[in-house]
Amino acid sequence: MPDNPVNHEIPDEILSAFDRKLFSGAYSNTPHIRIDKGNRSLPRLNKIVDTIEQVVIKTGLSDGMTISFHHHFRGGDKVINMVMDVISHMGIKNLTLAASSLTTVHSPLVGHIKSGTISRICTSGIRGELADEISAGLMDHPILIHSHGGRARAIETGKIKIDVAFLGVPTCDVYGNANGYTGASACGSLGYAKVDAHFARKVVLITDTIAEYPNTPFSIHQDQVDYIVVVDQVGDPKGISSGATRLTKNPRDILIGSLAAKVIACSGYFEDGFSLQTGSGGASLVTTKFLREYMEQQNIRANWALGGITAQMVKLHEDGLIKRLLDVQSFDQEAIRSIGENRYHSEIDASYYANPLNKGCAVNKINVVVLSALEIDTEFNVNVLTGSDGVLRGASGGHSDTAIGSGLSIVVAPLIRGRSATVVDQIKTVITPGSTIDVLVTDRGIAVNPRRPQVAEQLRRCKLPVIPISELKEKAQKLAGVPEPIIFEKKIVAVVEYRDGTILDVVRQVQA
Amino acid sequence: MDRTRLRRSMLYVPGNNAGMIRDAAIYHSDSIMFDLEDSVAYRQKDAARMLVFQNLRTLDFEGIETVVRINGLDTPYGREDIRAMVKARPDIIRLPKTDCAQDVQEVEKLIEIEERKNGMPVGTIGMMAAIESPLGVINAYSIATSSDRLIGIAIGAEDYVTAMKTARSASGVEILYARSAIVTAARAAGICAFDTVYSDLNNEEGFEAEVRLIKQLGFDGKSIISPRQIKLVHDVFAPNGKEIAFAERVIEAIEEAKAKGSGVIAVNGKMIDKPIVERAISTLERADAAGLRDYSSPAEGVLHA
Repeated sequence: MPDNPVNHEIPDEILSAFDRKLFSGAYSNTPHIRIDKGNRSLPRLNKIVDTIEQVVIKTGLSDGMTISFHHHFRGGDKVINMVMDVISHMGIKNLTLAASSLTTVHSPLVGHIKSGTISRICTSGIRGELADEISAGLMDHPILIHSHGGRARAIETGKIKIDVAFLGVPTCDVYGNANGYTGASACGSLGYAKVDAHFARKVVLITDTIAEYPNTPFSIHQDQVDYIVVVDQVGDPKGISSGATRLTKNPRDILIGSLAAKVIACSGYFEDGFSLQTGSGGASLVTTKFLREYMEQQNIRANWALGGITAQMVKLHEDGLIKRLLDVQSFDQEAIRSIGENRYHSEIDASYYANPLNKGCAVNKINVVVLSALEIDTEFNVNVLTGSDGVLRGASGGHSDTAIGSGLSIVVAPLIRGRSATVVDQIKTVITPGSTIDVLVTDRGIAVNPRRPQVAEQLRRCKLPVIPISELKEKAQKLAGVPEPIIFEKKIVAVVEYRDGTILDVVRQVQA
Repeated sequence: MDRTRLRRSMLYVPGNNAGMIRDAAIYHSDSIMFDLEDSVAYRQKDAARMLVFQNLRTLDFEGIETVVRINGLDTPYGREDIRAMVKARPDIIRLPKTDCAQDVQEVEKLIEIEERKNGMPVGTIGMMAAIESPLGVINAYSIATSSDRLIGIAIGAEDYVTAMKTARSASGVEILYARSAIVTAARAAGICAFDTVYSDLNNEEGFEAEVRLIKQLGFDGKSIISPRQIKLVHDVFAPNGKEIAFAERVIEAIEEAKAKGSGVIAVNGKMIDKPIVERAISTLERADAAGLRDYSSPAEGVLHA
């Protein structure tokens, strides 16, 4: 179709006064526009590219750039390995891999690090063979561990500049409207991916299901998306989520969870309209269950719950005990179903969730959070990253974000795990500063941070077994003994960034 | 040895499971029973005995009563169990499969020998006996009165129902006689009565019905196989608000009568006699154990107290 510039006279001084160029045709300055409208049988306007290799070429990805991925497919993720295999095959080197988190399924990355395809990594968590290898000194540059809020902050402020985001989505339409709760690989919220889609220079969606246009309601918008590649499968549903997160039958987790629920009920924060976040760990889920009993007994409803949403939270929401859910990550099938069905189960992105430097994130408004710990020291500093052997095996996640933002942060952990004490003199890695942790609930007693004397007083009045954390440490030491110290090399394998972007700790290579 | 302490829940812990032994105290059952008998395979008997021995001497059970179920004297392990366990000093040694008074007395003699050998006052270690056969049920009273060391008798239902040519049922009608006989014998002898285990862990309703039944029959408590069963037992045995209030009034009335030097005690115009006082004391004990006295529950106003 020929383009028709308008032949009206427009003085040059107008153009310069308004700092504009002269109209040169309706089709000349806008990409993504259908130019030939003459034939209905023409392929529809779309952004679909045939292969990952073609899309990599189109994005202009080259040596030294930064690529990003999200972890909403958790242990079922197929996207990272699929894309990295292609990139590696194309011979692109020295990339920075900026994933929101990495799991045990990502061990093939070891090969891509060895081949020089990946030279730097930033992530919230790391596990399995990849973590073992990195702990053993695989990489020349230490990896950077950030919190979920810290990652959003880094991306928004340009500390992490994503050149190309490869975002796996359960469904999208041909123009790039994507959501997470439909399709065979449904994962629920796309909260972490939304930040990448917003800020990356080029955005590529990878999907196994093309939905009708417009794929509403959508989490990632057509105006953010450059290209789409359709593949056989983006995720394995079995690894993406369990059916419904099951309540544990482990008596110790039940004990800890029931104590944590009582701590909440007695803390002074438990009143009509309160808000909470609990995790997906065994004791955390039990906490939610017991808290329900207190809520029903005392006719207390929560206004909202935050975070990784589980079947327990959905049940409370659907039974009218929690009015609203803010969901950055959906942990199970029930949560995935609910985010599609329930009007007040809302998807939020990682910045809304926890970015410390935006104009207000949700963690700042939460009343009570229940968190886990691998280790905690007598100053209440928490390690959720490295195991008792000093090897990387965890995730920073929203731990430090929610701890500081909440009114009451409760850590739940068994005092002895396997043969190791959880409460120790010195933890291996600090992820969350003790000054942001209020209460520690263990199976052998509860400790309250001395900076919260009123909370301690409240709990004592409810006959909860509150003891100094130093006594918990001694109890643990008496049972488990003091382990031989782990010998670390000089080499630093990971750097822990606090949510505000400062460096909080480093992880060193473990001596073989 | 304390005959009167609260014994609502006796948690079974296999004597060969180090992790379970280590964590047994955190659930706050009234008693913990380390088992050297049926839950331990023959080839692990020595290891279990050693493990329980070391743990009893090392761990702090925080005031929870410790019980060891030994193997019978008709096995190659019973005597060695007694030798080791007296030295390890649990509160109670529990005999399995007790058919008659003599069974108790034979074990008592061996315990006494070991106590003397170890320089312990004779009578340090208490005993309890499990009755698991029709003969034992018939002899319940003579068993219950066979030794001053006995703090209680228990029914073990599995062997009993087999010997009775029947099987366990949901209603428990097949052991109703045995339960009644044992609780009656225990009461006549002035010692505790314990009910058998409920092994279907996932049937909470059935478990609750059984706990309510045995409480109503008059048992002091129940042997349990998982920490998950403790709370329900304690909840069922916890007195309700009305019972607590009445018990408190009874005790107050006694104090008042004492102060006045009066011998006659009345509450709400009714005479209070000895059984009512005893029941009031036991009610308040159970109320305290359930944490029901100086605050009702977080459900009722602690927050704003």
